[in-house]
Amino acid sequence: MRVIAAMSGGVDSAVAAARAVDAGHDVTGIHLALSRNPQSYRSGARGCCSIEDAGDARRAADVLGIPFYVWDLSERFHADVVEDFLSEYAAGRTPNPCMRCNERIKFEAVLDRAIALGFDAVVTGHYARLATGRGGEVELHRAVDDGKDQSYVLGVLTQEQLRHSMFPLGDTPKEQVRAEAAERGLAVADKPDSHDICFIADGDTAGFLRRELGAQPGAVVDTAGEPVGAHDGAYAFTVGQRRGLRLGRPAPDGKPRYVLDIEPVSGTVTVGPHEALEVRRLEGIRPRWCGDDGPNAPIEGAVQLRAHGAEHVATATVVDDRLIVELGEPATGVAPGQSVVVYDGTRVVGSATIASSAT
Amino acid sequence: MSTRPVAYLDHAATTPMLAEVVDVLTEQLRQPGNPSSLHGSGRAARRVVEESRESIAQDLHARPSDVVFTSGGTESDNLGVRGIFEARRAADPRRTRILAPAIEHHAVLDTAQWLAAHGDAKVEAVAVDAAGRLDIDDLRRRLETDPDDIALVTCMWANNEVGAVQPIAEIVAAAHAHDVPVHSDAVQAIGHVPVDFDAVGLDAMTITAHKIGGPVGVGALLVRREVEVAPQLHGGGQERQIRSGTLATAAIAAFATAVRLAVRRQPEQATRLEALRADLVRRATDAIAGVIVNGDPEPGADHRLPNIAHLGFPGCEGDSLLMLLDAQGVECSTGSACTAGVPQPSHVLLAMGRDEVIARGSLRFSLGHTSTQADVDAVIDVLPAAYERARAAGVTGAERT
Repeated sequence: MRVIAAMSGGVDSAVAAARAVDAGHDVTGIHLALSRNPQSYRSGARGCCSIEDAGDARRAADVLGIPFYVWDLSERFHADVVEDFLSEYAAGRTPNPCMRCNERIKFEAVLDRAIALGFDAVVTGHYARLATGRGGEVELHRAVDDGKDQSYVLGVLTQEQLRHSMFPLGDTPKEQVRAEAAERGLAVADKPDSHDICFIADGDTAGFLRRELGAQPGAVVDTAGEPVGAHDGAYAFTVGQRRGLRLGRPAPDGKPRYVLDIEPVSGTVTVGPHEALEVRRLEGIRPRWCGDDGPNAPIEGAVQLRAHGAEHVATATVVDDRLIVELGEPATGVAPGQSVVVYDGTRVVGSATIASSAT
Repeated sequence: MSTRPVAYLDHAATTPMLAEVVDVLTEQLRQPGNPSSLHGSGRAARRVVEESRESIAQDLHARPSDVVFTSGGTESDNLGVRGIFEARRAADPRRTRILAPAIEHHAVLDTAQWLAAHGDAKVEAVAVDAAGRLDIDDLRRRLETDPDDIALVTCMWANNEVGAVQPIAEIVAAAHAHDVPVHSDAVQAIGHVPVDFDAVGLDAMTITAHKIGGPVGVGALLVRREVEVAPQLHGGGQERQIRSGTLATAAIAAFATAVRLAVRRQPEQATRLEALRADLVRRATDAIAGVIVNGDPEPGADHRLPNIAHLGFPGCEGDSLLMLLDAQGVECSTGSACTAGVPQPSHVLLAMGRDEVIARGSLRFSLGHTSTQADVDAVIDVLPAAYERARAAGVTGAERT
């Protein structure tokens, strides 16, 4: 097959590309330029968008002996990921920009362009496994390395996207990938993993939001509606957050308080005790299914509510165009805007964007 | 995938070294001696440098003392623009304006903009027409407005992307009428059009070896003795105290050989490449509907370089097309190369009034001394199918949902 290897400049995508070469594919390396001004995004080893990362990706491609190009997707990235990130926060929700990037950039803009240019698939360094189901469908499964599993952020991919994807690292622990990179002579073998949001260079999300959205002062109230503090912008808060609330008075019971709710129009942030965070039921919109069709019966499985979050036993049911999830045990820190990814065993069934939750 | 090209059409980026140059270079690399040393080896090296200087001066119609050797085009542009700016500004603090068309190479533009960002320089973009040629009337108007405030005018001899040849003699006459010095980047012009430093009356001119069959890493700024230039590199005081640093004897000798051969062969080479270019353009426009030819349509040394065909392909990204051509061994360029490898819409085409979509969908095919009819045939063999495929992939941004 003729495949595009999306090479971030990190160790995972370099080894994934190497394995695609070993498998006999005709591989072309592509680095995605996502910033309109490369210097303004993270530099050095910490992110995925800088000129140095493009250089690291190029050196890996040299070692593998494959052609290498940079694709400028900065405009699409800004419109589809950065602006969405800002408008979601402005609306009081907590978006996951990496999922949005997978959905709209890596497996849509890049994949569409690759296919139009005569390629068959995109290979990435995501830790997830693909398998062929009984009906011939491509199934997305968790990686064998629990600590690195990235099936959650791929839960937005459709069957069509999965059919044109390759994840060669899903069956390998991360440590082994690093060792393999070193054996292959890839200089990125000991490059640190990237964690934070690539378009926020200093890792200060609240500061980024403040710069981009401006100050929007509002009140912090308790569950009785009594004011207990003030803030410069509700976007700096996430449901379930405990740190950085800067409340003047301690709670009457002396227990820590958490963000329970964000009301975007008035900018009111409600805080309360940990118990009040517990949810047993949540509703998702915009469901996306990994199979050809959505499930036609309730799924007795599990859900994951955050990247690298815990798995919760749950029943997921499709009602009209919504996904209703009943959790076996209460979960906390469930923020609107986050994605709920539904699993059946290790298999990803699909995902939805959390719209609301209830106890 | 093969690494040997079927057709190399990126000579404006760099062109293979001439065999005669390789001979001179390798012979000189064996010789000992720093040209600044006082002993026999030093004198022998100095003789090579000075003979090279005289040879280059003769070929480009300058005085030997005008030739200041540098590491190449970028350094010469920095030295020419910043060195003259700083010297002129020091002599009279009112002189802060730099007049330059927006089609200049980044080595000139970014130097001027650096002076604006880190000092009191004011960069004025002189208008260019749709063919990429400086608007002489706009330049005259700007010169007539407070000429005492102008540090210098800089304008390339020929544009590196679309090949538009600039009216250098008129520019110099207009500037000198107000006692304003003129620098010109002639990197792309040497070997393709006649270049006569004295006849046009330039104050400073950038040249480099690797665009004309010499080695990378050596160039020169031709600069008249009476023009003050503030040095940018300090040290041993070589090159009239303007450019310190040990002279690269072997590279300089190779450079002189390349200039000699490029200038001597220029008339014959221009005729040969113009014919190949015409064939490439005609067959590309015949094969693909809607192809736009960027730059001056008129041939001739007063209009455009004979070796550059800059084509706009409607509805596709230049870098998609470049990648598909590269996969088949046909090598060209989306514009001037960028260190990050991120193709930006060409600032030259934007300055010429092309919209961003056309600017992103344009490719430069540049011919040189090794180019043959077979190269043009190879491009035409693969271009139509590659274009269809690139067009299907669309223009990023336009396909946004």
